[in-house]
Amino acid sequence: MMASSYNAKEEDGHHSGAANHGGAGAVKSKKPDNTAFKQQRLPAWQPILTAGTVLPAFFVIGLIFIPIGIGLYVSSNNIKEFEVDYTGVDISSPCHPCAKNFSWNATTPCPCSVHFTLEQPFESNVFMYYGLSNFYQNHRRYVKSRDDSQLNGDRSALTNPSKECEPYRTSEGLPIAPCGAIANSLFNDTLKLYYIDSNGTRNEIPLVKKGIAWWTDKHVKFRNPGGNDNLTLAFKGTSKPVNWRKPVYELDPNDDDNNGFTNEDFIVWMRTAALPTFRKLYRIIQKKSGSTPTLPSGQYVLDITYNYPVLSFDGRKRMILSTISWMGGKNPFLGIAYITVGSICFFLGVVLLIIHHKYDTRNNSADIPN
Amino acid sequence: MFRKKPPPEEERRVRANDREYNEKFQYASNCIMTSKYNIITFLPVNLFEQFQEVANTYFLFLLILQLIPQISSLSWFTTIVPLALVLSITAVKDATDDYFRHKSDNQVNNRQSQVLINGSIQSEKWMNVRVGDIIKLENNQFVAADLLLLSSTEPHGLCYIETAELDGETNMKVRQSVSVTSELGNQNNLASFDGEVVCEPPNNKLDRFCGTLYWRDKKYTLTNQNMLLRGCVLRNTEACYGLVIFAGPDTKLMQNSGRTKFKRTSIDRLMNTLVLWIFGFLVCMGVILAVGNAVWEREVGSLFQSYLPWDPPVDNFLFSAFLSFWSYVIILNTVVPISLYVSVEVIRLGHSYFINWDQQMFCSQCNTAAEARTTTLNEELGQVEYIFSDKTGTLTQNIMSFNKCSINGQTYGEVADPLGPQPKRLDFTPFNPLADPDFCFYDDTLLESVKVGDSHTHEFFRLLSLCHTVMSEEKSEGELVYKAQSPDEGALVTAARNFGFVFRSRTPGTITTTEMGRPVTYTLLAILDFNNIRKRMSVIVRNPEGRIRLYCKGADTVLLERLNPSNQELMNITSDHLNEYAADGLRTLALAYRDLSEDNWESWSESHRCADKATNCREDRLAAAYEEIEQDMMLLGATAIEDKLQEGVPETIAVLSLANIKIWVLTGDKQETAVNIGYSCKMLTDDMTEVFIISGHTVQSVRQELRGARERMIELSKARDGGKQEGMEGWGEACFTSYGLREGQEGGDAGGKQLGCPPSSPPPPPPPPTPPPSYLMDSISGEFALVINGHSLAHALEADMEAEFVSTACACKAVICCRVTPLQKAQVVELIKKHKKAVTLAIGDGANDVSMIKSAHIGVGISGQEGIQAVLASDYSFSQFRFLQRLLLVHGRWSYLRMCRFLCYFFYKNFAFTMVHFWFGFFCGFSAQTVYDQYFITLYNIVYTSLPVLAMGIFDQDVPDQRSLEYPKLYEPGQLNLLFNKREFFICIAQGIYTSVVLFFVPCAVLSDATQSTGVPLADYQTFAVTTATALVIVVSVQIALDTGFWTVINHICVWGSLGCFFAIMIALHSQTLFRIFPNQFSFIGRAQITLLQPVVWLTIALATAICIVPVLAFRFLKVDLKPQLSDTVRYTQLVHQKKRKPVSRGVERGWRGTNSVSEGRLGARGGSRRSGYAFAHQEGFGELITSGKNMRLSSLALATFASRHSSSWIDTLRRKKHTHTPPSASGESSPAPSSVSGSAPPLSNSSSVLGGSQDTPIEEETGTATAQKSQTVLTPSAQTRPAPASDSEDPVSQTPCVGVLTATAVRAHGGDSPGGWTITLGTVQEALFGWRARAVTSNNQASPAKDINQMEANLGHE
Repeated sequence: MMASSYNAKEEDGHHSGAANHGGAGAVKSKKPDNTAFKQQRLPAWQPILTAGTVLPAFFVIGLIFIPIGIGLYVSSNNIKEFEVDYTGVDISSPCHPCAKNFSWNATTPCPCSVHFTLEQPFESNVFMYYGLSNFYQNHRRYVKSRDDSQLNGDRSALTNPSKECEPYRTSEGLPIAPCGAIANSLFNDTLKLYYIDSNGTRNEIPLVKKGIAWWTDKHVKFRNPGGNDNLTLAFKGTSKPVNWRKPVYELDPNDDDNNGFTNEDFIVWMRTAALPTFRKLYRIIQKKSGSTPTLPSGQYVLDITYNYPVLSFDGRKRMILSTISWMGGKNPFLGIAYITVGSICFFLGVVLLIIHHKYDTRNNSADIPN
Repeated sequence: MFRKKPPPEEERRVRANDREYNEKFQYASNCIMTSKYNIITFLPVNLFEQFQEVANTYFLFLLILQLIPQISSLSWFTTIVPLALVLSITAVKDATDDYFRHKSDNQVNNRQSQVLINGSIQSEKWMNVRVGDIIKLENNQFVAADLLLLSSTEPHGLCYIETAELDGETNMKVRQSVSVTSELGNQNNLASFDGEVVCEPPNNKLDRFCGTLYWRDKKYTLTNQNMLLRGCVLRNTEACYGLVIFAGPDTKLMQNSGRTKFKRTSIDRLMNTLVLWIFGFLVCMGVILAVGNAVWEREVGSLFQSYLPWDPPVDNFLFSAFLSFWSYVIILNTVVPISLYVSVEVIRLGHSYFINWDQQMFCSQCNTAAEARTTTLNEELGQVEYIFSDKTGTLTQNIMSFNKCSINGQTYGEVADPLGPQPKRLDFTPFNPLADPDFCFYDDTLLESVKVGDSHTHEFFRLLSLCHTVMSEEKSEGELVYKAQSPDEGALVTAARNFGFVFRSRTPGTITTTEMGRPVTYTLLAILDFNNIRKRMSVIVRNPEGRIRLYCKGADTVLLERLNPSNQELMNITSDHLNEYAADGLRTLALAYRDLSEDNWESWSESHRCADKATNCREDRLAAAYEEIEQDMMLLGATAIEDKLQEGVPETIAVLSLANIKIWVLTGDKQETAVNIGYSCKMLTDDMTEVFIISGHTVQSVRQELRGARERMIELSKARDGGKQEGMEGWGEACFTSYGLREGQEGGDAGGKQLGCPPSSPPPPPPPPTPPPSYLMDSISGEFALVINGHSLAHALEADMEAEFVSTACACKAVICCRVTPLQKAQVVELIKKHKKAVTLAIGDGANDVSMIKSAHIGVGISGQEGIQAVLASDYSFSQFRFLQRLLLVHGRWSYLRMCRFLCYFFYKNFAFTMVHFWFGFFCGFSAQTVYDQYFITLYNIVYTSLPVLAMGIFDQDVPDQRSLEYPKLYEPGQLNLLFNKREFFICIAQGIYTSVVLFFVPCAVLSDATQSTGVPLADYQTFAVTTATALVIVVSVQIALDTGFWTVINHICVWGSLGCFFAIMIALHSQTLFRIFPNQFSFIGRAQITLLQPVVWLTIALATAICIVPVLAFRFLKVDLKPQLSDTVRYTQLVHQKKRKPVSRGVERGWRGTNSVSEGRLGARGGSRRSGYAFAHQEGFGELITSGKNMRLSSLALATFASRHSSSWIDTLRRKKHTHTPPSASGESSPAPSSVSGSAPPLSNSSSVLGGSQDTPIEEETGTATAQKSQTVLTPSAQTRPAPASDSEDPVSQTPCVGVLTATAVRAHGGDSPGGWTITLGTVQEALFGWRARAVTSNNQASPAKDINQMEANLGHE
């Protein structure tokens, strides 16, 4: 191998230059440019941590965080939330039989009813969620088991779903639409809410099932193949997911806009949760006109069509009713965290101030030890 | 019988002018190729090379893992994009490098050379030159290949070369052709030359060649003296012819330019270790998560199968865990980001450019900027603990200037006030038209004294103009050029020249001067040459009046002993002056003369002749003879020469030693010179507690001396420590800090005096019988210095003494090794590397420093006068020693700081980024689900966070450059490796992990319950991913903002730009457009827009940021407030007192601008040890060369044609001398002819050599006689009263042709005396002149012409 350090310019050395092109005029100065950049003299801001900057910063953070925390805490406390677990683990639970005897092949749905009491009336819009626990929607294999092209109405993906959907890609030789584990495990309990008035009559509370999905999901991400007309035809040649009782185009036969891939319950389910315990928006209870509360305090019955088994993997199902404020739902953590962090900052500021005054080494040593 | 292509060539056969014959052997052609690739091979070869890097292979491995769907937790592009980026950056760099190599190769290969083809000279490209060709070289041309010198236009087949490119030595060397070929002369003869050379195969030994020339059935031995090596330059030689022996890659130059050893910095090594640790950590994380996965799959996953069945190949939880391990390896690999190595390289490259661009390291005289030749060592510049420096050309300029003198008790040249107005430089031209305009002298009293005709002053300068071995060259009238072998002599002769005693020319027997405008010719009777033992030289001359006088100059120590007793008073005064000069670090010589009577001279010259003739102990006998006559001398005075230090050397050394860098000077010079320089550059001071000199010749004595030194040190430091306890604390510090600064020095002095450091009165502990333990050596206080000689060093470097030497030497503040060989220089460096684990830096300028430069961690080459070998071997080069302080204290320090900050932050940000996945693993069933979007993972390291940290790594400054020069202590953190070590690394990692915990759990806690204002929960995966990613980017940006101490525009652009980039790219990636094109790839559609509009999300981010940053802020504030580092204080002070600041540390800054002359800073008034730095730098044997006349240049072509006869008496004498006694210094640089010539060379027979023909053979035996003859000749001057026929000549001063004419005439008048009826020509006479001694051998008759000539010239001198 040839030497790498050798090169011809170097062989020439410095004297040959004079000999070879002597008289070629003044030698060009190789002096580096005197620019601030090259001389590393760019004007610069040089912040340093001094008591004058750090301590006020702590106090300011404290002073900002504590009020925010208090505000958050108060508004979170003003939010009313009610939660009922209807999994049916206890024998006493009305849904216990349904949970116990669940079978995938059962043709008849298993109904059960849960009674509960709202101590306080719920004002303004009330949101009804279903919550699942120990359900790993964030598992890697689960998350990737979908075909976004298919869900976007792509025809070729409809008939030939992505490999990611395995093992829920095809069923009996036909492509599954929608394919994948997420769609396959669609939450399919039906919840109905009745208010029992003082006379004991059950008044069904109207639940709005539209407007629960994200706008982009509903309008961009999820689209039926061939638009919304005649979904039956559009999904011809596909098979329903194995766990489903009915095909995708029958999710909401009454509303073309809420059927097929654009069914909002489906879209909500397809938006996977980050954590194994999660809640998803199920229905909205619209605010009533006038001053009557949306949900007055009193007795309620939750009618459940128990289709969705979770006990096998120790899961839980909940129904949650909640109002919201400007910062969303009930979220005591944020407020407490803000108050805590703010207080710590303030406290640190005080401690540092004391330390600084007590042990300050700078003021009395004007000179720099060298 | 020859194999076609013998893989290891065993011998080389070359036949001149026979390409066909030579082609059989398929020798390498003269085409060199240093490039590695061509267009076709570039891609595969380069990729192959790059994948030999472990890191690249690792990432390739990851890439392959990602292609397995069951494992792949990330898309393939998350790895391939960074990998491709890294590979292509490296490839581009390699391609550029190779392009330049191609270019330079082409340039070299296409140089023209003149090749003798078929009898005519043809121009050929270098690459087409073949082995066996005969090449014609002209003056100042580069030698194209390794040539055998065949003939030259100079006499005796001599030619002069400069080997600066090969070995860095700038002095010219002589090469001589074999006698048989040198007579071939012109190209016609050469064209028919068909000799065959058989020689050794190509090797890299520059100073050795052995071969044989077969021609006309005769064998001639070839040695290195016959070779011209590629890379040399032909000098002072009209032209010469050479036979190509080795070409192209076989040449010694190319064989020598081996692949340079790749140097790594300690940060590199630490980084590699840390990366390995991180891999270990990664595997641990992987195992933990895999175990978690196994448990989860067994407990939960198997039950959850109704909704999420296992992938087909997975049938049990163990297998799933195994796969999950690899998945996590892929996900977590970002803890060792691929961009780490590239970023480090980029930062170093940036720093290298800053070094190249630094105007303050640009030398305008030589038009050279500093150059970082290696771009990978910058941060190590901030950690240097030991500097090994060469002396000549590095610390000194190798320029001697006549600075002061003392004549007859009167000292001249004293500059009144060094800080006062610059005294006016004397203008010599009106007084003396021959004066050298470059000569500087400031004291006009001396000139006055010359002008008024003070006899002492005149004699003083006469001595200087006569007693030397300088050669002169006068190209045109009055334009004298002196060629001095040692610069000291040059300086002295130049001084004499300017003061009116102009040395004009010399012949072997005369010296012609112009004294006060009057030409005078002296007969040179003898030169009593210099050697190391004598430390003096003398000449014996006869002046035109016929008086014989001995002029002697030498080291004061030897000369003052040999004075006439009547000089006592003058001697006292003069030695006071000498002391002063020595204290100033000047190199001194004492001058004396002695009048000799004829009888004296005659008897002495007889004894000298005997001594010279002696075959055994010739040296000793000669010395005795010299000794005999150099007695009873009259003192004239003393000279003081300043060995000009390079600008700013003392200040630089002062500053560097304040920065706790130990400086060792390793020099080939002799002890006196080295010590002198040590003093003048303030490495040694008179304040030093003690200077130990180790000069033992045996192992035992060296060991003894080393131990003794250590015991003494401990003793003294105990004494000092005792003193300290008595309340004198800190004077050592005072002494130390003010070291080299005038103001402080006096204080230090005073302190020193008060304390006394009395060498004689320590509480005498019984000297320990065993060598003192090393822990004691660590606590040595006080300043010691060690001077060790080369021969002692050889013992000290032996395996069993190493430790002892190191412990002694390292306890000293200054170490000077003198008379060291290049190999020893390297050994010393290796020794420190081995025992001290410290970063070493070697700085030098000559070829003898190359080994040291290569073995030190950092090699710095001074691109000075001495060739460029050192520069080629170096990692950094600049032209002034003083730039070293800027290189180390500014650039090195910054580089180290920046690199450390960069690494800390880099590891931090990647841990903060990656460890979030780890925590998420516990919530996603250990399924290797990533927290972030895959695009974020891809871009995080290369786009979102790379630029701010790069900007910090390139531009950050904690304190400005002036401050780091003012406070050299700022350099210490680097030496102690404080800014980035394992501890710091763990702190960064811990901070990164803490950040990751916060970044995961805060959003987790907040978002699990949070909903939008529309009631839609925010707990979905995509929102979580966006929130965490945003929080992460913001937190690391805030962190880099905290870390950046120097916010230039670029930092602002990078930080804000990266943040902006993050949001812009995120929004773009989440846009509908991209989703519509690739619905599967961009499933995050609309997420950013919605998420980032949620107040809860921003509250979460703010909360996470606060939780991450507040503790860091508090911690840093406490650190700065309670335990401020020096840099913090400097920064703070700068901020606070920016305006009212007094200049701190005056001395350093003034030092720059101050003159570098010795006058600044007279060393301690306590006239410490008496030093004698006598000014002789050359080797002995030169006087003999002069009297033989061999080295005199023939400036006339007419003369040259005749001067082709061999007379090798002086060569032989030299050789004999070498064989009997080989002083280390006389290793032949000045002996320009091969020793083998005379034996094999039959006398040439041309018209002028009738005489020579008969005389050649007996020469060797009768050198002694020759000398005797010489003595006889000069002994009888009175008999030679022959009038000079050419006495009407107006200018007897010897312009050579002129002398030729004169002498020729003279000889013709004597024609009858000479036998053989030889044709008298100019050349013969010249020959006679130069070879007279040899010729004198044959007969007394023959000697007479020469004798006459000498006499005649003497006579001419009278007129």
